[in-house]
Amino acid sequence: MANIRTMTFDAVIVGGGGSGMRAALQLAQSGYKTAVITKVFPTRSHTVSAQGGITCAIASDDPNDQWQWHMYDTIKGADFIGDQEAIEYMCQTGPEAIFELEHMGLPFSRTEQGRIYQRPFGGQSKDFGKGGQAARTCAAADRTGHALLHTLYQGNLKNETTFLNEWFAVDIVKNADNAVVGVVALNIETGETVYVKSKATVFATGGAGRIYASTTNAHICTGDGIGMALRAGFPVQDIEMWQFHPTGIHGAGTLVTEGCRGEGGYLVNKDGERFMERYAPNAKDLAGRDVVARSMVLEILEGRGCGPDGDHVYLKLDHLGEETLNAKLPGILELSRTFAHADPVKEPIPVVPTCHYMMGGIPTNVNGQALTVDGEGNDHVIEGFYACGEAACVSVHGANRLGGNSLLDLVVFGRASGMFIEQQLREGIDLKDASEADIEAAMAGLNHLNDSTGGENASVLRAELQTIMQNYFGVFRRGDFMQEGIAKLAALRPRIKNVALGDKSNAFNTSRIEALELQNLFEVAEATAITAEARTESRGAHAREDFQERDDVNWLCHSVFFPSDKRVGKRGVNFNLKTREAFEPQIRTY
Amino acid sequence: MLNVSIYRYNPEVDSEPYMQDFEFDTQGKDVMVLDVLEKLKIEDPTLVFRRSCREGVCGSDGMNISGKNGLACVTPLSEAVKKGKLVIRPLPGLPVIRDLVIDMSQFYAQYEKIQPYMINNTPAPAIERLQSQEERAKLDGLYECILCACCSTACPSFWWNPDKFIGPSGLLQAYRFLADSRDTATEARLANLDDPFSVFRCHGIMNCVQVCPKGLNPTKAIGHIRDMLVRTAT
Repeated sequence: MANIRTMTFDAVIVGGGGSGMRAALQLAQSGYKTAVITKVFPTRSHTVSAQGGITCAIASDDPNDQWQWHMYDTIKGADFIGDQEAIEYMCQTGPEAIFELEHMGLPFSRTEQGRIYQRPFGGQSKDFGKGGQAARTCAAADRTGHALLHTLYQGNLKNETTFLNEWFAVDIVKNADNAVVGVVALNIETGETVYVKSKATVFATGGAGRIYASTTNAHICTGDGIGMALRAGFPVQDIEMWQFHPTGIHGAGTLVTEGCRGEGGYLVNKDGERFMERYAPNAKDLAGRDVVARSMVLEILEGRGCGPDGDHVYLKLDHLGEETLNAKLPGILELSRTFAHADPVKEPIPVVPTCHYMMGGIPTNVNGQALTVDGEGNDHVIEGFYACGEAACVSVHGANRLGGNSLLDLVVFGRASGMFIEQQLREGIDLKDASEADIEAAMAGLNHLNDSTGGENASVLRAELQTIMQNYFGVFRRGDFMQEGIAKLAALRPRIKNVALGDKSNAFNTSRIEALELQNLFEVAEATAITAEARTESRGAHAREDFQERDDVNWLCHSVFFPSDKRVGKRGVNFNLKTREAFEPQIRTY
Repeated sequence: MLNVSIYRYNPEVDSEPYMQDFEFDTQGKDVMVLDVLEKLKIEDPTLVFRRSCREGVCGSDGMNISGKNGLACVTPLSEAVKKGKLVIRPLPGLPVIRDLVIDMSQFYAQYEKIQPYMINNTPAPAIERLQSQEERAKLDGLYECILCACCSTACPSFWWNPDKFIGPSGLLQAYRFLADSRDTATEARLANLDDPFSVFRCHGIMNCVQVCPKGLNPTKAIGHIRDMLVRTAT
């Protein structure tokens, strides 16, 4: 018997980061009973680490800026497998969403005219790539994520959203119709397990950068939503597409914003050469992140890396002057001094491409409704199930996300999901209740863990997983290596399923949470590995040594990974712009 | 080998808290305190602490490190080890849930009490509200607060009256909204703080300034609020 308490809400949002809190805010404002389940206090969510800004054509820096130019840049940046309808919606709706945040109090930096400050970021152009670099990324110094996350939390306090803080969602509850009717969640402080029942379940669970050994992501970025979706039998899309940020601090992995290069910083190799001029003669250091990351790895592989082991390059900022650095990049000075023991005012920061962002995720439409695909390639909405933010693949980032577009994505689609669910609730949502057996099915994994005897240490298994992903599925990929990596993962699966639980107590048991997170990481890693091996081309962040060209004939499409039979299918890219003709694929150069 | 002494308490097992000694091999590296805790947790999975960003921006891992409140992830051993020993306790003054995890409800309640959100009931323009660079500069040193509670739990006035004294963190945020040119609720905000406890229990001993991992100055902000309260009273 699933003898657990039930809590009922109109809408439940899993994840208290930017997208989850934006969705929650929308629903709380509408008066619907809304709960946010979040495994950390909301302002500890990883959105807080976003630095450089939120890209959006608000026409502050350039009064003639157009959202259509931003749309073009995003489609090109995505290497043409971003859904154009979603990108159009994001770029067009963006300004409204940004102004709302400002009205809520977000402390943006300002221009002399008192408008929101915008800085140049990679891949941003004027006039559809013909008018040079655009400054389109709205910033609160280099703490934009912090400012945004706190503002959203404050907005939710004002609107009295219910927060289940330090609760961990364990698994999805499905009813007899395969619709999602809530989650089983664990109160971390007490150990109590509860069925959180809802007509609308939104996954805003963020990314999973912790599948790699070297990542800018917080410890908490363990792909819990993706893990839950896969275990429930739902597919994920473009999960092979992982962004490696060019500038993670060597050794520590902490992020150094692209805003550094936006403000005039640049990368140099051991000879002091500004090498990006060779790889991207026009955009140079502000080419797409995938392009810059690959160029850095090539410099290192060809023996021009810096340091005693030649395993990183330098990011030079000192020429910008102390005053500018203090005003525009104060957080970076702090991070570099702490983690690189380098003072950017005087010396360069040692940096290396570092796993940063999951472009793939739960496929959704622009309303946040999660989708699955049938044998004929037709989309079907999964009733009751929604996703937004990094956990979703709506898909606005395609094969490579542009800097500053993640914050825009989470605000625009958190908002859109909230608005759509509000409308659905008003019209009435009719879903069958879960049976006892349905709830028990969602408890099975947790029960297995709680009953475990023996097994291996979660930290040790996690390190093994991360090493496999780092070695076999990094910046450059090759078929035979990836097959080896897939075999190693297969051998790891039973060991992770039987992970040891060295602490069986109920009060704030973080070992139990880490074991559950490890199982989620594994699901993401395996889906990544199998899909990466299947995509036999190079596109965006997915760079294969054995298939170096983009293959539009076979792969101008989304990949879809189906967990039940570990099959990789294809799904068409949306080319249906509402306001103009679609942007046709072209050779992508910077 | 480094001697590490850690506060332990599991309400299900322990009748009272105790200090437990661990040995940690630094391998000659100046790692962060959080790195030490993560490694020790592999040996002892029952050791409990909060952590998230590991770069000093999320505020999860505030704890008392060799007598001083700070964030474990940005405190290197070279600063943390005193007399050859590392002593780690939970932040003082609030109830302990388990080991290094404290119950922060009272801290958050004080934050909520100051109405930590923009109040401006004038119709919003179609674009952003304008704010000059000088007006915006007034928010620097205020909006960066990460709610780690290092300051409030270093404050004797907060230890005595955690239910009535807002504490340095909450007051820093109160001033963040009082100082914002876009906020129109100055009078109501001041009225809300105008009692013997909310603000005036601060005795200016500046423990908060000494421990803030973000280099912020709550005492200065509290001084500004006092000035505003005195001015409205006369």
